[in-house]
Amino acid sequence: MSVFIDKHTKLVIQGITGRDGSFHAKQMMEYGTQVVAGVTPGKGGQKFEGTVPIFNTVADAVQATGANTSVIYVPPPFAADAIMEAAASGVSLVVCITEGVPVLDMTKVYPFVQEHGVRLIGPNCPGLITPGEAKVGIIPGRICTPGPVGVVSRSGTLTYEVVYQLTRAGIGQTTCVGIGGDPINGTNFIDCLAAFEKDPATKAIAMMGEIGGTDEQEAAEFVKQHMKKPVVGFIAGQTAPPGRRMGHAGAIISGSSGTAQEKLEAFAAAGMGIAKRPIDFVELIQARL
Amino acid sequence: MNLHEFQAKEILRAHGVNIPPGRVATTPAEAEAIATAYGVPVMVKAQVHAGGRGKAGGVKFCKTPAEAKEKATAILGMKIKELTVEQVLVTVAADIGSEAYVGIIVDRATKKPVFMVSAAGGIDIEEVAASTPEKILYVPVDVRYGLPTYDAMRMGFFLYADVKLARGAAKIMQQLYAAFMASGCSLAEINPLVVTPAGELVAVDGKMVIDDNELERRPEIAALRDERSEEPSEVDARHANLTFIKLDGDVGCVVNGAGLAMATMDLVKYYGGEPANFLDIGGSSNPEKVVNALRIITADPKVKAILFNIFGGITRTDDVANGIVTATKANPLKVPIVIRLTGTNEEIAMKILQENGFTASSDMDTAVQQAVALAKGGK
Repeated sequence: MSVFIDKHTKLVIQGITGRDGSFHAKQMMEYGTQVVAGVTPGKGGQKFEGTVPIFNTVADAVQATGANTSVIYVPPPFAADAIMEAAASGVSLVVCITEGVPVLDMTKVYPFVQEHGVRLIGPNCPGLITPGEAKVGIIPGRICTPGPVGVVSRSGTLTYEVVYQLTRAGIGQTTCVGIGGDPINGTNFIDCLAAFEKDPATKAIAMMGEIGGTDEQEAAEFVKQHMKKPVVGFIAGQTAPPGRRMGHAGAIISGSSGTAQEKLEAFAAAGMGIAKRPIDFVELIQARL
Repeated sequence: MNLHEFQAKEILRAHGVNIPPGRVATTPAEAEAIATAYGVPVMVKAQVHAGGRGKAGGVKFCKTPAEAKEKATAILGMKIKELTVEQVLVTVAADIGSEAYVGIIVDRATKKPVFMVSAAGGIDIEEVAASTPEKILYVPVDVRYGLPTYDAMRMGFFLYADVKLARGAAKIMQQLYAAFMASGCSLAEINPLVVTPAGELVAVDGKMVIDDNELERRPEIAALRDERSEEPSEVDARHANLTFIKLDGDVGCVVNGAGLAMATMDLVKYYGGEPANFLDIGGSSNPEKVVNALRIITADPKVKAILFNIFGGITRTDDVANGIVTATKANPLKVPIVIRLTGTNEEIAMKILQENGFTASSDMDTAVQQAVALAKGGK
């Protein structure tokens, strides 16, 4: 079992002929993901790697192939439109990898996606992987292994670090979800926690947050109120100076809101395990399985 | 990206907001000339990207042109939060009856731009929010419809009982919203919005922060960047497509990915060290990026040890290894370097490093501990 994607996922890749899109399309295919279609306007009728049909629009791709999930690798100025196109075309999950999407674009896209009843993951995220079944995005497949831990994170490489440490210690994962670090994104921590709570195969959850905003505090409240499964949390950016952006648009501290201290206190109040270092996840998760 | 007050005011003025006349001066003589031309009392205001300019002595009221020259002499060149004042805004002083706060910010929680208005203006709005939250009205805006007049009027009446003032304020809200959207802001504020004793609404101070992701499609806004007012090493890093923030410690960090970069800094601190910087070389790293990263980090004399922490996903670790070799051949390092590499092409990277006399580990904690010890020992 898993959340959001599995071996039945039928994927369409928006931007499949671009530099990043083509590279990761091959990686996803090698991992065993069912890549059923690609979209590049003007290249409809061609084939990617001689096997995957390319369409001009997502709607055409969905109609011809029955794709139920889309992943987006288009450049930032076109990403907002690509998300809306996917949401309007009948897929149920849209994953936007693109980094650098203007936040005001997302204020328009978010309600559109909501009204279409579609789940959006990202933008500016590494995507997700259900080890042994499917990967949608850019998380390296070889650092993951199937097992009982659900992983959710706001960052990319930090997710890899923790997953790698878990895998090295022989602890596998149900699904790893990178929700992205932008101020406005689709799926949040609570959505993922709720899905992991429902998933019978998930026995414990590892959650990596960052400074800035209140998502982690709200997630902690959700853990306290609604979850029976154990959750271990980590916050990156404890040494970040106030008021400075740390690369992610998300990692901003303004005033006293969104400090690491505040978030860690919320975790503690919710009875969550607290990893002080990425390596601490191994012991804390092990003890809760 | 932050705009200076005078830049934000020009944008607001172009959208119809009533703003006292003002011009920028870089010398005391210019400040005097501007004040002479206006022929009325002026404010001389430091233009730096820092809050608390008034408290630092960077904002002065001047009755005469001679006084404007004198105050400009004092303010130009002064340091406010480590930033040197290179220019001052000389602007006609407004008579102040009451002061209100009007701001708009992209809010994570509602996923919308949200107006915040308060009759308690002129001071730190975060203080008002913390101590007297009932004095602030929050109004989210659905960008698909824009700011409806009824919402603008609601804010107007929250600030002023008088209908004429409420209407005037509502109009300013619409103008501020238009400026916010047209400039790709993540924050825009007028603080204070003043009512003069004559009953006129005037925006006395303005602030705008632009979403960096907007700059590519808004070259006219990107052109407003003032590199003199930024940390030189950060400007250098931006030109090299690196995300870099200078800090005070002595362990120079080179990491791929913002989350891992922050976690690495945290781990340096955990093991008793102090990070010298935040540096994210980003996703697809070519060797050139690593060369630039090393150049920028080693330019800081405080740095006593360098720590690489690379988790190769999209980033190929052999690219990073090649970058380290190229950079250190051109400019031999004067401080020790600790390298942690794992992931894509790890074996090739390790071989490249070994052949060139470097050692590397694949464990993050070990590497960080080594770097901290080396920085402390100074050897």
